Amino acid sequence: MLRLEKRPQPSTFWTYAAPLVAVVVTILLGMALFASLGKDPVGAIRAIFYEPLFGEFSFYYRPEVIKKAAPLILIATGLAFGFRAGVWNIGAEGQYIMGAICGAGVALAFYPSESRWLVFPLAIIAGTIGGAVWGLIPALLKVKFKTNEILVSLMLVYVAQVLITAFSSGLMRNPDGHGFPGSRNLSQYPAAANSELFAGTGIHWGVIAALIAVAVAYVILTRHQFGFDVRLAGQSPKAASFSGVNPNKLVILSLLLSGGLAGLAGVFEVTGPAGQILGSFPKFYGFTAIIVAYLGRLHPVGILMAGALMALTYIGGEVAQDRQQLPAAAIMVFQGMLLFSILGVDVLTNYRLRFGKNEVR
Amino acid sequence: MTLLDLRGLTKAYPGVVANSDVSFSIGEGEIHALLGENGAGKSTLVKTIYGLVRPDAGDMTLAGQPFSPSDPRAARGSGIAMVFQHFSLFDALTVAENIALGMDNPPPRKQIAGRIREVSEKYGLPLDPDMIVGDLSAGERQRVEIIRCLLQSPRLLIMDEPTSVLTPQEVNILFETLRLLSEQGTSILYISHKLDEIRALCHRATILRLGKVVGECDPRATTSREMAEMMVGTVLQAPQRDYAEAGAEILCLKNLSAPAPHQFGTALKNIELTVRAGEVVGIGGVAGNGQDELVAALSGEMRTGEGMVVVDGASIGGLTPNARRKIGVCAAPEERNGHAAAPDMTLTENALLTGNTRMVLSKNGMLDWAKARDFADSIINAFDVRTPGTETTARALSGGNLQKFVIGREILQKPKVLVVNQPTWGVDAAAAASIRQALLDLAAGGSAVVVISQDLDEILEIADRFAALNEGRLSKPVSTKGLSIEEIGLMLGGAHDMEAAHAQA
Amino acid sequence: MDINPILLLAAVMVASTPVLLAAIGELVVERSGVLNLGVEGMMITGAVFGYIIGHGSGSAIGGFAAAALAGACLSLIFGFLTQFLLTNQTATGLGLTLFGLGLSSLVGQGATATYPVTVPRLPIPLLSDIPSLGPILFNHDAVVYLSILLIVLVWFIMFRTRAGLILRATGENHDAAHALGYPVRLVRMLAIFFGGGCAGLAGAYISLVRVPQWTDGITAGAGWIALAIVVFASWKPFRLLIGAYLFGGVTVLQLNLQADGTLALLDIAIGLLAVAAAVVWLTRSITKKAAAPMDNLLSVIILVLSVVYGLLRLAGMQTIPIEYLSMLPYLATIAVLVGLRASNAPASLGKTFHAST
Repeated sequence: MLRLEKRPQPSTFWTYAAPLVAVVVTILLGMALFASLGKDPVGAIRAIFYEPLFGEFSFYYRPEVIKKAAPLILIATGLAFGFRAGVWNIGAEGQYIMGAICGAGVALAFYPSESRWLVFPLAIIAGTIGGAVWGLIPALLKVKFKTNEILVSLMLVYVAQVLITAFSSGLMRNPDGHGFPGSRNLSQYPAAANSELFAGTGIHWGVIAALIAVAVAYVILTRHQFGFDVRLAGQSPKAASFSGVNPNKLVILSLLLSGGLAGLAGVFEVTGPAGQILGSFPKFYGFTAIIVAYLGRLHPVGILMAGALMALTYIGGEVAQDRQQLPAAAIMVFQGMLLFSILGVDVLTNYRLRFGKNEVR
Repeated sequence: MTLLDLRGLTKAYPGVVANSDVSFSIGEGEIHALLGENGAGKSTLVKTIYGLVRPDAGDMTLAGQPFSPSDPRAARGSGIAMVFQHFSLFDALTVAENIALGMDNPPPRKQIAGRIREVSEKYGLPLDPDMIVGDLSAGERQRVEIIRCLLQSPRLLIMDEPTSVLTPQEVNILFETLRLLSEQGTSILYISHKLDEIRALCHRATILRLGKVVGECDPRATTSREMAEMMVGTVLQAPQRDYAEAGAEILCLKNLSAPAPHQFGTALKNIELTVRAGEVVGIGGVAGNGQDELVAALSGEMRTGEGMVVVDGASIGGLTPNARRKIGVCAAPEERNGHAAAPDMTLTENALLTGNTRMVLSKNGMLDWAKARDFADSIINAFDVRTPGTETTARALSGGNLQKFVIGREILQKPKVLVVNQPTWGVDAAAAASIRQALLDLAAGGSAVVVISQDLDEILEIADRFAALNEGRLSKPVSTKGLSIEEIGLMLGGAHDMEAAHAQA
Repeated sequence: MDINPILLLAAVMVASTPVLLAAIGELVVERSGVLNLGVEGMMITGAVFGYIIGHGSGSAIGGFAAAALAGACLSLIFGFLTQFLLTNQTATGLGLTLFGLGLSSLVGQGATATYPVTVPRLPIPLLSDIPSLGPILFNHDAVVYLSILLIVLVWFIMFRTRAGLILRATGENHDAAHALGYPVRLVRMLAIFFGGGCAGLAGAYISLVRVPQWTDGITAGAGWIALAIVVFASWKPFRLLIGAYLFGGVTVLQLNLQADGTLALLDIAIGLLAVAAAVVWLTRSITKKAAAPMDNLLSVIILVLSVVYGLLRLAGMQTIPIEYLSMLPYLATIAVLVGLRASNAPASLGKTFHAST
């Protein structure tokens, strides 16, 4: 029988090989899934992974991948700190929505201002604060009342969703919109628009912010006391408390950080690709970012690559939807498989597979 | 009449042979000692008998029949019962539930309480079946295990280091019970490294070293010294010490009280203690009487009221661990893996864990990894930590080596006050001696050292004064010069005394 | 205003049933020491399979059976990953929820109701004959009773049988249970499987009875609320009933408020809640269990909110915006989590078990 034996040291080889193996396993599982749906498995995989990057219309898809990757990377980078510290912020989706609402709210309050140097930065600050405050709620409740942050942050996602739907047809509805729900389009409001910095590249301020976030997170995690405390608290809470890490401070900081970055992603999305506050505001980044964070093994550089990969599956999924009539939901299932694979294959990093009698030492 | 016979048992793990060609036999009604240091292979051997480990070679017979239990259930079915060193108990469940769990064919739920009372009276082991186990003292918890075993009327009772958590008085009660069992024909395999106990209790002893049987003797007719030499292989040096004149008062605990930090913790009650420069104070006590809490109150993991903990005249009760390190208060808690050190982190990272403040391993929050590595390296060199290098994870080290690293890490920071809990627990004799010597050297250099230990011999060896912790209260410290084990036992006993008297009545 | 309180109570029972079913399953899972955050995913998978099979076959029993099986099968993915590949339970559970949401949406595409499905009502003899009260309280569909029966059954097994003792022991200290020779992984796999089945049933109740139809994301967080209720209940079966009915009450209240438009119903509900909170606090102080405000936080929160509401009403508030009312169940869940600090969590909850460690 197969059994697992704990390695004295995590395997360096598997640390790097595991994500690759997971991707391969997912592709195989995905092909089985697509085949069972009656689609051409090779064609579908090609449509997802090849077409957007190198296909005929890659000039259109590549910027889309970048635009999609930016919020995922921003949110996942923030989440990685919390997850490493054992603080489970599952409500990034809500913080992301609140970031969008607050950012858009400030931008709209100045409408029709023309001073870009005032409105856009203010909107970004407001969005970041909005997301951070939404993240602070579960943090404070956990610190003060030992409330489970997973459940509270999640409940707040539903609250945020109710809010954005209500606002889009109430408080923030476009007065010139003939009564249809939805705010003014911010991407057509030059003072607040998060437009492409270089035409045709897909690179907007959110992409720049994501890259900065990754670089800063890398330095903090590997070279700063805060990063060390985060890792210590996650691996060994008692050792952390002995070392002098204040767990409450860590809970508050990591939720502020992940909330703030999610809020930031929300502002960039609402002022750029999405354009307006609407009930159908592009959702699920906050949840997909959890997959991204894990796929990137909670490491900033890994997250950068994982975010790009995940964005690719989104855009590739749209290609497959067009070409192969692959249902959109199939891509969600595919992404779920990806998370399962990365978690499952990861066992090889810390354990060795042994053949033989199942026995206990 | 032989009950259990072991022939040529061998068990190898990757990189280590735990048992090599082990043979001996246990007679019916015999109290048989299995003697050896940590790592001698006692645990593996016992697990083989109990069906937790299958040997690579060799066989066993039980009362003349071939015996090869496939799991503990099979072993119990054949009449083997075991009291573990770390009790396999469930804190949130009641005594009766715990006992039912440990039995393969427990009596019906409604009868079990009655059966427990019956056995506990018969063998002089008082226990209330409806108590929640988490609220019991260590001695009572052990009784749960013993009664569980006795309810199954075993032919062989295995006891793994049973006295390490007991006061001397409790040990006496236990020995009475074991002798009673032996008289009634139950065999006992008694695992220990405490020679005096074995000489007082056992009929025969088998001595293990590095997985091999190195000798067998009648402990009643063998001196402790002879057995110790068989067990250790070499003659050991006791640490050297001069009773220096104690200097100025450094650490002062004034009416230190603190509530229990968690459900099954112990509250500290009105602790008074003064430690002077150059002095080692030993604090004894049965585990779970407030040791962890006392360390936490001193290290800063647990904050205490104003003026309760005073160092050099300044109250430090409200300071964080790092603020205390800054003024020279260092500590090493009992649990190495997961408390004093983070198992999945490298030695460099573990050096940083407490060394950052005093060794200045960072600047403006940015860590200086090169400096941290040098610090780790100096600990490894100074304390002879056996490891491939500084980038090895802590969990890859053996218990003794990690303990040397943890203690070394604090000592090299030249603390003014050092508090250690169980500094040599589970460490082999040579390493233990070097750790004790290092503690004495630190004190000789003018530091105030507090050693919390359950090993009374250790305390008598290195401490100038002794105090006992009992249910969160600290006895008045007394000089260790001329202090006898019996006197210490009385100090440790506290409330347990009355219980012991009650049991004998 | 025309609101029949008994009718309302009956509606609460129906509204509570899905969370109750999911929560009782999760309670067993957590008591075994496993935290499965995939309840929402298993529930929605059950919802879609229950809907399709139920309407495909025209049999309610077939639908519920398929839903339970679907939920249980999905839970096995979680079980395999966490128990055999030793993955992090929090992350895996989340993954299961994401996976279940995708899977249900995929399976549910174009799901149509071919045959109508009716879940048979099961009038309880004698009790259902009680005038006016009986026909409404004791004339529910079978699943409502099943959910209550399950609570009793789980309580009995957990606290009165050896199997239950082993389950609790596994959740308290998996190393000790292993040392005593109990099959920790098997116990946990069985618990996970049961939890998945219950979540599946809960989902089918939403898609076959409560709503009844299929749309993407139909469970709308009920699975997460079930998780919260387990914490609220301090892992005790009968307290689940209180939690679930409280939640059901808030849901029904919110729906009625949206339909009704006046605040009369809210006045009554808040009044009752305030009285209940005061009574609980008083009894606790009189029986000397706990008198301090911090120990009666939920009561304090309710009383403060009631006073605020009362002042607003006195100041002349006539309506509250309907679109914000849908937040109520989620906010109520947070309030409950804050007010009742979790205690008695199984000690091994969420920890990875590996036999050699």
